[in-house]
Amino acid sequence: MTQHTESKDVQAVNKPGIIRVEGMHKWYGNFHVLKDLNLTIDQGERIVICGPSGSGKSTFIRCINRLEEHQQGRIIVDDVELTDDVRHIDSVRREVGMVFQHFNLFPHLTVLENCCLSPIWVRKTPRREAEACAMEYLERVKIPDQANKYPGQLSGGQQQRVAIARALCMKPKIMLFDEPTSALDPEMIKEVLDVMIELAGSGMTMICVTHEMGFAKTVADRVIFMDGGEIVEEAPPSEFFSNPREARTQQFLQQILQH
Amino acid sequence: MIPPGLTVMLFLQGSFSGRGMKKQTIDSRPTGPKPLYDPRVRALFFQVISLAAVFWVGWVLIDNTLSNMQSRGISTGFGFLGESAGFGIIMHLVPYDATMSYGRTFWVGLTNTLLVSAMGIVTATILGFVIGVARLSSNWLVAKVALVYIEIIRNIPLLLQIFFWYFAVLSNLPSPRQSVEVGGALFLNNRGLYLPGPVLQDGFGLVWGAVVLALVAVVGVRVWAKKRQLATGDIFPTFKVSIALLILLPLVAYFIAGRPLEWDLPALKGFNFGGGITLIPELVALWIALSLYTASFIAEIVRSGILSVSQGQTEASKALGLPNGLTLRLVVIPQAMRVIIPPLTSQYLNLVKNSSLATAIGYPDLVAVFMGTTLNQTGQAVEVVAITMAVYLTISLLISLFMNLYNRAVAIKER
Amino acid sequence: MTESMIRPPIKKLAPVKWMRTHLFSNWFNSLLTLAVGYLLITSVGPLLNWLIFDATFQGSGPDDCVEAGACWLFVKQRLNFFIYGFYPDEFQWRVDIMFALLAAAFVPQFIERFPGRKWLGIFGMTGLPIIGCVLIPGGILGLEEVGSSKWGGLMLTLILAYIGILASLPIGVLLALGRRSDMPVIRGLCVVFIEVWRAVPLITVLFMASVMLPLFLPDGVSFEKLARALIGITLWQSAYMAEVIRGGLQAIPRGQYEAANALGLGYWRKMGLVILPQALKLVIPGIVNTFISLFKDTTLVLIIGLFDILGAVQSTIADPAWQNVAIEGYVFVAFCFWVFCFGISRYSQNLERKLDTGHKT
Repeated sequence: MTQHTESKDVQAVNKPGIIRVEGMHKWYGNFHVLKDLNLTIDQGERIVICGPSGSGKSTFIRCINRLEEHQQGRIIVDDVELTDDVRHIDSVRREVGMVFQHFNLFPHLTVLENCCLSPIWVRKTPRREAEACAMEYLERVKIPDQANKYPGQLSGGQQQRVAIARALCMKPKIMLFDEPTSALDPEMIKEVLDVMIELAGSGMTMICVTHEMGFAKTVADRVIFMDGGEIVEEAPPSEFFSNPREARTQQFLQQILQH
Repeated sequence: MIPPGLTVMLFLQGSFSGRGMKKQTIDSRPTGPKPLYDPRVRALFFQVISLAAVFWVGWVLIDNTLSNMQSRGISTGFGFLGESAGFGIIMHLVPYDATMSYGRTFWVGLTNTLLVSAMGIVTATILGFVIGVARLSSNWLVAKVALVYIEIIRNIPLLLQIFFWYFAVLSNLPSPRQSVEVGGALFLNNRGLYLPGPVLQDGFGLVWGAVVLALVAVVGVRVWAKKRQLATGDIFPTFKVSIALLILLPLVAYFIAGRPLEWDLPALKGFNFGGGITLIPELVALWIALSLYTASFIAEIVRSGILSVSQGQTEASKALGLPNGLTLRLVVIPQAMRVIIPPLTSQYLNLVKNSSLATAIGYPDLVAVFMGTTLNQTGQAVEVVAITMAVYLTISLLISLFMNLYNRAVAIKER
Repeated sequence: MTESMIRPPIKKLAPVKWMRTHLFSNWFNSLLTLAVGYLLITSVGPLLNWLIFDATFQGSGPDDCVEAGACWLFVKQRLNFFIYGFYPDEFQWRVDIMFALLAAAFVPQFIERFPGRKWLGIFGMTGLPIIGCVLIPGGILGLEEVGSSKWGGLMLTLILAYIGILASLPIGVLLALGRRSDMPVIRGLCVVFIEVWRAVPLITVLFMASVMLPLFLPDGVSFEKLARALIGITLWQSAYMAEVIRGGLQAIPRGQYEAANALGLGYWRKMGLVILPQALKLVIPGIVNTFISLFKDTTLVLIIGLFDILGAVQSTIADPAWQNVAIEGYVFVAFCFWVFCFGISRYSQNLERKLDTGHKT
C-alpha cells in the first residue's frame, strides 16, 4: 500500500482513468438516489459537479471514498476497486482527501495537531517532519500564524482553509470538495475559493461539488450537471454555460444565473 | 409563626411595587431620577430588605431553638463531643470501643461512609462503562441485555434494592457452617463475606522495589517511544509493553525473593469464621446496591457521551484514512470524555449522598452512627445536624471544585 | 426512464444472515453471544417458573404456599394495607375517588390528540390538590376525620411525591429567578440556599425535619410527622427544581429578553408573560425527571417511621405467620415503582424528542 506514495513522484505523465465509475447505482432503502452513473476522470483533471439540491451530487462524491456504500456497479480509484474489503477502503482513503461543507475539524486538537494527526498515525511520519510539512501547507492556505489555535477560535473561512490543509497533509492524489463554501459567509467565500484555484493550478486532481459558477468557469476542465440521481449533461465549461444541450440544464442555469 | 418563604415573599412584593413606579420614571426630569425612582437605589433597597428579613428569620429561629432547648434541659455547644459514647459499633476502620468519645464516633462514621463510597465508585464506574459500551454494541443480544438492565435498575428505588440485597438475599444465605465457598479462600454466608488477607513476609521489600522499578521503566519507555516516534515515525506499542512491565517485573521479583507473601485464610472457628478480611453483610448489601444502581446511570451517561460526538467527526476521521480503532481512540473518546466527566462526577456525588441509606439496614455510616445513635443519646440535634450537613457540603464542594478545574482544563476553545 | 425501474438489490434478511451480522459478526461477538445466551437461558426459565408457573395465587392462608414458587397469596391478602395503609375500610372510597381523578387528569397526557388534555392537566395541578385536601383528611363538609397517622401505603407515596412536586414548583421558580437576578445579595442568598440543599442527602433533611423542626418552632406550634416530612421534602426538592428551571431560563435566547424590554414590559410581566411560559415548556421533561427521582426517594420516609408502600411491605414481611415472603414483597413494590417510573420516563422522552424537533424546524 505504501507503493502508491512512492510511485507518485515517478508518475510524471498524467494517468488516464484515475477514477473510473461504471454503471453505479445506490439506494437508500427503496429510494433510488444514484442511477447508472458512468464517469472516467483522468489524473490532473478538475471536475465541477453541480445540480439542484437533492440531486445526489454529494452522495456521489461520498461514494468515491466510501463514506457511502454503492450497491451496484463498480468504482475504481487508482486501480483499487472499492468493495467491502477494509484494506481496499483504507488504501483508497489514504489517496483521497476530502473537504466537507461543515469543515469537520476536530475541536479538541489545535490546527497543527489536526493537520498532523493522520500523517503521524496513518502514514507513520515522524512528528517533526509531519509538523514541518503541515506548516508548509498552512502557509499555502495563508494561515501559518494560527497553527497553535483551536478550530473554535477561527472564522469559518479560516476553518475551511485549515480543513483543506489537513486533507493536503496526507499528500493525496485526488481531492474531493463537498460544497466547501455553502456554509460560509459571503466575504469568506473568496478566501477559500482563492486557495482552491491555487490548488487547481498546481495540477491536483479535483472533484468539486459547488454552486460557485465563477469557480467552474475559471478552473474546471469539465462541468457535470446532475439531477434526480442521474448525470444529465457533461461538457467543458465554455460549452456548458454558453450552449447547454439539455432542457433541465438550461432551466437550472437560468435559475442560478438570474441573480 | 414565620413561614420559611418570607424572604421570597418580601422580594416578590418589593419588585411588584417596583413595577408600578417604573411607569412614572418617564415623567422624571432630565436631571436624573429622584432616588425613589433610581433603579440602583431600588435594587439596593430590596437587597437590604431581603437580607434583613433573612437575618430576622434566622434570629427568630435561633431564639425559639434556644428557649426550646432550655425548657427541655438540653445544653448547647460542642462540649458533648468529648464525653464517653458508651455504645459499640459493629465496624470501624479507626480504633474504637464503647469507652471512647462521641467525637470518635464521628470519625468512625465518616471513615465508614468514605469506605463504602470509594468501593461503590470504583465498581459502579467499571460496570457503568462496560454496560454503556455494551448498549452501543453491534451485537444485538448484548445491546438488548444492557438496555433491559438499565431500564429495570434505574426505575426501582435504591432503598428497595438495598433492602432486597440485605433482607432477601444476604439474610437467606446459609449459616457459616454451610458457607458458599470459592476455592477454600473466599466464603460467603449470612454473617458476611470473608476474604483472604495478605500477610507480608520479610523480603517483600524486593517486590515493592520491583513495582517502583516497573513504574520508572514505564515512564522511561514512554519517553523513549515518543523520542523514537519524533525521529523515525515508528509507533511503539507503549500500552502493551507498559502493562507487561507492570505485571512481569513484580512477578519475577516475587519468585526471586522466595514468594514472601502469605495469605491469612479465613477459617471456621466454632460458630463463625476467623482470620482474613471480613466484609459485614450490611457493607456488602450496600456496596452491591449502590454499584448496580449508580452503574445504570453511568451507563446512560457513557452512551450519550459517545453518541454526542457528531457523525461529521467520524466521517472526517475516516476520510483522512484513520481506521476504526484509531478513530475511536484519537477522535471520538477524547471528545466524548469531555461530555461524560461532568455528569459522571455528579453521579459520584449522588453515590456518596445515597450511601447515607446505610441507616436503613444498620451499616454504621456517618448518618447512622452520628446523626442516629449519637444524636439520640445526647439530644444535641442542632450541633449534630450542623456537623453532618457540613461534612456533606464539604464533600460536595470538593467534588464541584475538582469538576470546575477539570472543565477549565479540557474546555474546547471557542472564540 | 428505464433506470428508475431497477429495484435495489434485495439484501436477504433471512434469519441466518441477520444472525451473522447482529450476533456472530466476529469471534469476539460470537463468544459474547454464546456466553450471554447461556446465562439468559439458564436464568430466565427458573425465574419464570418461580414468578408464574410454580407460584401460588389462590388459597386461604400461608399454608397454601409452596416452596418452589412465589407466594403471591401474601401480596393478595395484604393488598389493602399496601395501598391504603391504616385508612379505615369504610372511608376508602374517598381515596378511590382521588385515584380515579388522578388517573383522569394525567393518563390523557400520554395520549396525543386527547380532547382537552391541557385543561385536564391544569385541573390536575390546581383543582385536584384542593379536592384532595378536603377528601382525604376529612373533618369538614360532614366527612369523618381520618388523621394522617392512619395514611399509608401507595396512597401515602403518591401524596408525598405529588405534594412535594407541586409545592416545590413555585419556590423553584422564584429561586431560579433569584439566582439569575442582577442583585448580588438576592443572587447570593439563592445560590447558598440551592447549593446547601443539593449537597446534603435527603435522609439528613428528613432527620432534620423530624428532630429540628420542633425545636425551631415557638411553644404551642407543632406539626404532625407527615407535615414535617413534607416540609423537608419540599425545601429539598425546590432546590433541584430551581436548577431545572434555571436550565430553561438559560435556554431562552437573549433576543426574547430584549424584545420584552423593548415592548416596555416590567420585570414581572416580562418574566410572567414572555420568558417563563417558554422556559417552563422547555423544562417539562426535566420536571418530569425530577418527579421520577422524587417518587423513588419518597421511600426514604420509612426511615423516620412513616408507612409508605415500601414501609408497609417492610413491616408485614416480618410477620411470623408468613415464612420467607420478603422477595415476594419486594418484587411487588419494585413492580409498582417500575410501572410508574418507566411509564413516566417514556412519556418524558417522547416529549423531549418532540420539543427537540420543534426547535429545529
